[in-house]
Amino acid sequence: MSSDNLKKTPLNAAHRELGGKMVDFGGWDMPVQYSAGVIEEHMATRTRAGLFDVSHMGEIWVEGPDAVPFVNRLTTNDVTKLVDGQAHYSALTNEKGGVVDDLLVYRFDQDKLLLVVNAGTTEKDWDWITSHKKDENISLTNASPDYCQIAVQGPEAIGILKTMTDTELDEIKYYHFTMGHVDGVESIISRTGYTGEDGFEVYAAAKYARQLWDKLLEAGKSVAILPCGLAARNTLRLESAMSLYGHELSDEISPLEANLGWITKLQKGDFIGSDALKKKKEGGLTRRIVGFEMTQPGIARDDFDVYIDDKRIGYVTSGSPAPFLKKNIGLAFLPVEFANDGQEIKIDVRGKRLSAKVVPTPFYKREK
Amino acid sequence: MSNIPENLRYSKDHEWVKVEGDVASIGITDYAQHSLGDVVYVDMPRVGDKFGTHEAFGSVESVKAVSEIFTPVAGEVLEVNDGLNDTPEKVNSDPYGDAWFVKIKMENTGEADAMLSGEEYEEYLSANA
Repeated sequence: MSSDNLKKTPLNAAHRELGGKMVDFGGWDMPVQYSAGVIEEHMATRTRAGLFDVSHMGEIWVEGPDAVPFVNRLTTNDVTKLVDGQAHYSALTNEKGGVVDDLLVYRFDQDKLLLVVNAGTTEKDWDWITSHKKDENISLTNASPDYCQIAVQGPEAIGILKTMTDTELDEIKYYHFTMGHVDGVESIISRTGYTGEDGFEVYAAAKYARQLWDKLLEAGKSVAILPCGLAARNTLRLESAMSLYGHELSDEISPLEANLGWITKLQKGDFIGSDALKKKKEGGLTRRIVGFEMTQPGIARDDFDVYIDDKRIGYVTSGSPAPFLKKNIGLAFLPVEFANDGQEIKIDVRGKRLSAKVVPTPFYKREK
Repeated sequence: MSNIPENLRYSKDHEWVKVEGDVASIGITDYAQHSLGDVVYVDMPRVGDKFGTHEAFGSVESVKAVSEIFTPVAGEVLEVNDGLNDTPEKVNSDPYGDAWFVKIKMENTGEADAMLSGEEYEEYLSANA
């Protein structure tokens, strides 16, 4: 299998040296796992530390006097509530209230915001954002190739990063960030992640990727840090019931249906899709994402059908074994009348209807 | 490089067969378990089930993927390795030993003889994998 026509992060060679099993992930040549395997990688992140190359994510700068009102008009969360050095989770929505992408919005100051978007949708988002600019006084820059992004996640992440920076990491609150130096490299140090654990995401110039990656692995050796691939990234986010674009979110799925009412600030004023979302909310949702666990041996996978009494009522958006919980879990789209904890459902596993039940999410929540 | 014992017969679907008289133990190869990754679940047939040559008799699932297992030889299931229900990870750690899946009473022992030898399987892997 040739990877010649795939995009590569600056850490591609490092992944191969570490025994990464490389796959095509939305046009990117990425490690799905390393030699330790997905279960070890998952457990390392839950109990010690895991290191993730997320340099494929997209970075878009919005700069100028109208940066805040512009992003506020395109996204669901309330950008006016962000203070300097704070970030929030949000969604770009279309006129129908569907999700163009989910993203993080970082506020550096009132004239400077950074949008961090999904890898596979970076170009789509860039087209969407640039084509929806009206007369706002801003400049837009797609800086994705300029940056590497490395996530160090898990209970030991802060201790590892402390050995490489003078920045007071304890002072950075969850979903806050600061500019600092990591191993002497100018970086954005952000207390964010996609694993359900405490941890940091470090953004730096792409040319320093290898230096930071190697030094983080070295610094994490004493706690047996493991490099983690996309498979562990997926099982970690799924145990934490975080959405994955293309699964729980899409152009056809509204954030309300995906349990993202908490980032959908309908009172903040008009934004693209706000009218459609208000109507959906007033009319009542017809379907939403729920968590489920299998109550019979068997594993539900993405796109499997969900049944009650021989009637197909929905489908699995993400399904997988959960390595830390040691259960087979998933997220599914169900009509709201069946979206209640304890509801018994059947999942069609390659022709066999296996029992499962709706359970509260997140499946996993770390102890504070 | 994959571990390929010489005393077994192999299929191009990466199953191995160990022949004792007219009984064949069947499992998946080291190469197959390595490609799958961490095995977390094994779905098996019942004793008495009958399968034709190259028919799927069960499946093996890793965190990321599911793969059907085919019997290279036709026959009736005599014994099922129930231990794998509790310790599916043995498929990774001991693919040729503890992690046999089923024992099948072969209809035609010639089918096992016609399978690849260890050497032939190794050549097949280096040419195709």
